[in-house]
Amino acid sequence: MKNLFAGAAIALMGLTGTAYADGHANYPERPVMMMVSYGAGGATDFQARIVTMTAGNEDALGMPIAIINKPGAGGRVGWNWLATQAEADGYTLGAYNVPHFIAQSIKGGVEYSADSFEPIANWGADPAVFVVGADSEMNSMTDVVDFAKANPGKLTFSGAGLFVGHHIAALQLEKAAGVKMAYIPSNAGGAGAMKSVIAGEVMGGVNNLSDAFRAAAAGNVKILGVFDLERNEFLPDVPTLKEQGFDIDNASVNFRGVMVPKGTPQGIIDKLAASVPAMFENGRVAGKMKAGGSPMHVMNREEVLEMWAAREATLKELLAGL
Amino acid sequence: MEFLLYFGDVFTPVNFGLLLIGTIGGLILGATPGLSPTMAVALLIPFTFKLEAAQGLILLGAAYTSTVAGGAVSAILLKIPGAPANIATTLDGHTMAQKGEGAKALQLSFISSAIGGVFGVMLLIFLTPVLAKWALAFGPSHLFWLAILGVTIIGSLDSSSVVKGLLSGCIGLWLATIGFDDIMGAQRFIFHPAVSGGINVIPALIGLFAIPQVITMFAKGRNDTSAEVIEVKKQPVMDSIREVIKRKRALGIGTAIGSVIGLIPGVGGQIAGLVAYDQAKKFSPERDKFGTGHSEGVIAAEAANNAMVGPSLVPLLTLSIPGSPTAAVLLGGLLIHGIFPGSDLFDNHPDVAWTFINSMLIGQILMCIFGLYVAGLAASVARVPHSVMAAVVLGLALFGSYSVQNSMGDVYVMASLGIGMYFLERFGFSAAPLVLGLILGPIAEANFVQGSMIANATNGLGPYFMTGTLNLTLIAVVIASIVYSIWMELRQARYTTKDDAVHKEEAL
Repeated sequence: MKNLFAGAAIALMGLTGTAYADGHANYPERPVMMMVSYGAGGATDFQARIVTMTAGNEDALGMPIAIINKPGAGGRVGWNWLATQAEADGYTLGAYNVPHFIAQSIKGGVEYSADSFEPIANWGADPAVFVVGADSEMNSMTDVVDFAKANPGKLTFSGAGLFVGHHIAALQLEKAAGVKMAYIPSNAGGAGAMKSVIAGEVMGGVNNLSDAFRAAAAGNVKILGVFDLERNEFLPDVPTLKEQGFDIDNASVNFRGVMVPKGTPQGIIDKLAASVPAMFENGRVAGKMKAGGSPMHVMNREEVLEMWAAREATLKELLAGL
Repeated sequence: MEFLLYFGDVFTPVNFGLLLIGTIGGLILGATPGLSPTMAVALLIPFTFKLEAAQGLILLGAAYTSTVAGGAVSAILLKIPGAPANIATTLDGHTMAQKGEGAKALQLSFISSAIGGVFGVMLLIFLTPVLAKWALAFGPSHLFWLAILGVTIIGSLDSSSVVKGLLSGCIGLWLATIGFDDIMGAQRFIFHPAVSGGINVIPALIGLFAIPQVITMFAKGRNDTSAEVIEVKKQPVMDSIREVIKRKRALGIGTAIGSVIGLIPGVGGQIAGLVAYDQAKKFSPERDKFGTGHSEGVIAAEAANNAMVGPSLVPLLTLSIPGSPTAAVLLGGLLIHGIFPGSDLFDNHPDVAWTFINSMLIGQILMCIFGLYVAGLAASVARVPHSVMAAVVLGLALFGSYSVQNSMGDVYVMASLGIGMYFLERFGFSAAPLVLGLILGPIAEANFVQGSMIANATNGLGPYFMTGTLNLTLIAVVIASIVYSIWMELRQARYTTKDDAVHKEEAL
């Protein structure tokens, strides 16, 4: 059905004019919709609203981007919808969270994989960090691992769910340190996982840098390590896991960006890939993101394609044993 | 008393104007089926980009308080609860509206909302540090027992018999398992892509409450062409105020339960109204009148759901943890201005924090005034002929369930649950216990799974779930609640259907 429409559209374009070279010179001609697969108020939704707020400017798309939330099942509902039901006409964009959707597609039970989507650009990178309660006796990752070695399987630590960045970070830590720990997935996302650390229900937790930064500023938690290749500008004093002697890369960093369903005309993809990164670099956007404690990391289409491929390889290896 | 210093800020022309817009807009949004408080606040966030931090929060805070109360309008007049918070309001409120007492029901609900709401905000102002500890005290094992406590009231809630109540509760619990499970991601009963995200509570609410009523109205319309016009009784506001004051017990129970339960992250808002309704019923000497358009039912439910607003913000404002979806949206509204909730908020931005809290206080009162003003007008909805009314409710039900996630899937869910419920109601089952099952299922399950994972890694299931003062207290209350239900069931023979109960009541 979709092909039929596309065919009809192309035929119509052929009839109506040859003014534009590839038929997309005027794109976008109406407001564009962006699907966010998490609920209103979550970190992904919040950031998506900020980075798209200048879309209507003449130097960006010239048309506003409206955010549509399709939450459910850890993002699976929204991404299933984007892969199978959304119109690939360039007016339906989607926000991605890597490693979440790639890990879910490797685990199975969903109707998408990395091949179902075409990336446009990346706007943010939120690394995972390891947190413990403010009154915990553990002060470094070495303390954490020592405790886990002495008490195999007894160190409880929370995270936002299974097959999300936090879980990947947990698996990497267990593998690199050669210990067995008890990962407790939360059903209330990062906020629920953070609450269980602050309330002392668990001994530690993996959480988003942006949320942990706020909780640490409020004096509720200590941040012991960053699961990334280098230290973060928000937390210059917190060492990475690598610095503390664990061989862990940035596979768990939560990359957020924009993609479109496969089948979107190449002309539109090219046009978006050229204009969207510049839109993310707008000064107002950067100011709001920084104020909200959300680390930005703008990447263009080629860089994102590379990052997706690298992530898929790492995750396949890491999740093979599960 | 620091908050008094910032009262002046609420009354600057711009701030007060925003407060008015937020309150009136919130009432309208809240009265629209399908627009829950969370969505209403999320819709307003883009408008706060251009405002100052304090102004933005005034708008959001006013909208939050008045959408919760506004939900009562559609619950009472149309039997469509706008959000889970308003379920209990439909039980007596809509029956009152059918008797022509819609104006009274609305006035009672706005007055008790305002009283409960002001009390809740007062708690937020004076007891925040104490409350923050209490909010954190509930771990997975306690939340599990709390959910079980909720399950025990299923049997006694708005049903003709305990067995039927429990049965429809079980249907709700089963419906709650559909979709990817919350923790392990396992797929359960996904027979159609529309339910892969599970059954969303709001479309389910709309379907279960509104659709059976629509079908009944259409059926009646065929039998009786001379539309039965209900005489809408006029109700002086002073009488309603006197009525609320007379029903101190219901008001007190509603306010207390709403404040306490509202505090618990992730649970409160959804069940506060129902638990308060149930407790008010159990403690009332006129408990038989509940469900037949009894004023205590409306007062307890509405006092509870607005009392919850203030305490539900405690975890957000003190610990930076959003305790409810609406609080998560408010967090976004704060972050966008570079303000981190927590000690930073009260130490470095006291003007923002206190202006926001004060505006919620004033907002409650404004909401009450406007609510009372529209109550008389809105109640004339009952004069609309059945066939027209059915079409309007059906249209609103479609709109409301689609707008939750812009998904036709939710409309199918709403329609099929609604049609199923129509037949269940004919056999004396009722929608409220079913919805309670749907809400409590995931809470009980997720907390049990989480708790047992922690327990297995530490000191074992038994000690984790069965020891500790809070666990033991909750278990004791659960047992008391079960014993009470059994005793009541044995003591009195129930009616076969709810309609019988209504008729019997009218005959008296």
